[in-house]
Amino acid sequence: MSTIPREELEKMVKSWLEMVEQITRSEGLPIVPDEKTGDPVWVDLRELRLKYLIPIARIRKFFDGLKEGKVYATRCPVQDVYFFPPQADCPYCMDENLEWVEIRGRGTLVTYTVVSVKPASYLHYPDYIIAIARMEEGFNVLCWMSVDDPSQLRIGMPVKLVVKRREPEGFFTYYLEPE
Amino acid sequence: MRKVAIVGVGQSPFGRASDRGINELAWQAIKQALQDAGITQRDVGFVSVANVGGWSAEPLPAISVNEYAGLTGVGTYRVEAACASGSAALVTAANLVSSGAVDIALAVGVERMNESPTPTAVELIGRAGNYFWEFDMFGLTFPSYYALYATAYMNKYGATEEDLAKISVKNHFYASFNEYAAFRKRVTVDDVLKSRPVAWPLKLLDCSPITDGAAAVVLASEDVARKLTDTPVWIAGVGYGSDTSNLSKRPDFLTLRATRKAAAEAYKKAGVDPSKPVKSFDVVEVHDCFTIAEILAYEDLGFAAPGQGYMLAREGETYKGGLIPVNLDGGLKAKGHPIGATGVSMAAEITKQLRQEVPAERQADIVKGMGLAHNVGGTGHYTYVTIYSLQKPG
Repeated sequence: MSTIPREELEKMVKSWLEMVEQITRSEGLPIVPDEKTGDPVWVDLRELRLKYLIPIARIRKFFDGLKEGKVYATRCPVQDVYFFPPQADCPYCMDENLEWVEIRGRGTLVTYTVVSVKPASYLHYPDYIIAIARMEEGFNVLCWMSVDDPSQLRIGMPVKLVVKRREPEGFFTYYLEPE
Repeated sequence: MRKVAIVGVGQSPFGRASDRGINELAWQAIKQALQDAGITQRDVGFVSVANVGGWSAEPLPAISVNEYAGLTGVGTYRVEAACASGSAALVTAANLVSSGAVDIALAVGVERMNESPTPTAVELIGRAGNYFWEFDMFGLTFPSYYALYATAYMNKYGATEEDLAKISVKNHFYASFNEYAAFRKRVTVDDVLKSRPVAWPLKLLDCSPITDGAAAVVLASEDVARKLTDTPVWIAGVGYGSDTSNLSKRPDFLTLRATRKAAAEAYKKAGVDPSKPVKSFDVVEVHDCFTIAEILAYEDLGFAAPGQGYMLAREGETYKGGLIPVNLDGGLKAKGHPIGATGVSMAAEITKQLRQEVPAERQADIVKGMGLAHNVGGTGHYTYVTIYSLQKPG
């Protein structure tokens, strides 16, 4: 599926809402035909805009690491287990003295897919490859894979974990790349 | 613990119900179920409503459904276990009957997914994995979660895209005989292979559709069931399982551990031989949200050895007359997958199959008198395996 820039999406939504406004004004009710069946449907008068505020205070180190180009996991020294994505508490020994460990960054490709039908909030990205790699420390990482041609990918191939900015937003995140 | 039986079932047509709101849709199923059981609202002791929502306007529909259906005042709640919500609602209602809390309970599943545009529905389903680490950062969609399994499975065992397509062909074939199914058009392997990519290697015709629909079942204690019907369909055993929220925290992508655990538990409770479960069942409903999911289910339920599930598809062994008939109603793939309604609809289908009430083209031969429903929530996040029997369990 093609990429739709966010401005373009907002324009499409805006023009649809304007059409509904016109119908409401002329007909006196916000009723439009269903796009597939033609059944009359009432267009919700209210709109909900959700943007969650997610606490990260106890895993702050992970995000500081990204800014330095590092990807951290946590590790419980008592149980000798890694947590990735990182978590602040060890549920097995009921302790919170987890260590922050920088991931060495080498692994092998376990599986992947190419997302063509994208969620509404991802329509502004080109089709993306999601991959899972098993890192040499023994845990898995799931993220986007940067590769020019997906047909180059082979399960079992060596991959590395890198930190890059995601555009167009410009936030730091982690990617897999062929070694 | 008391024995519990299904004594009434109902369901709405699945598809795009742009002419019915969520309460009207639920009522279609509830009305049928009450009439099928020969009871009225006054007989119902509890209503358990499965609904995931988000895409539909009514946020907490248990109360609004009950009001519309003349059930106001009854004990009730909404149940959520992602795509296994229907089974969760049914099992919790059955447990209320089993415990003696009530004699008759109603389990309802309802979903109006087309109340939002498709990209929004795709977004909300994608958010049903691990929100922060999978959706917010990487935009996983539901097809892409199962595609990660498909890629790993095909690479390890040599299954092909044609093998996956055969699941879709079978389920569309049976849906063509099901008046409640969303898609009644048959498809060929070629149609599936040429349909547009959704999340490689899964294509549009490998995926269950965004669907509106409702289903309802009436559950009764033994004394009540005997009075209401000559053919109660008993719940012979239920198994439960779950798995990690983050897909990446699982050891491999070849099996759903939640299904293996739930199946082992259900088989033990129902006295099914776990080394050869196909011997026990006339008909089975499995959670084929994507074609790969049906193949994994064959293995995880013990119908085929690990890595051999796709051979059942390749050789047509899950059609009527094969090793074990699977999804003779069209499955999630072609009957449709209105998230909260799916598990309840599976129970309604197995009940009708065991009572031999479905059209001949898709009626299984009922010899052993047992059927199974396998309902998965998320990507194996939740699994419920429920075994039904015409024989009262021992």
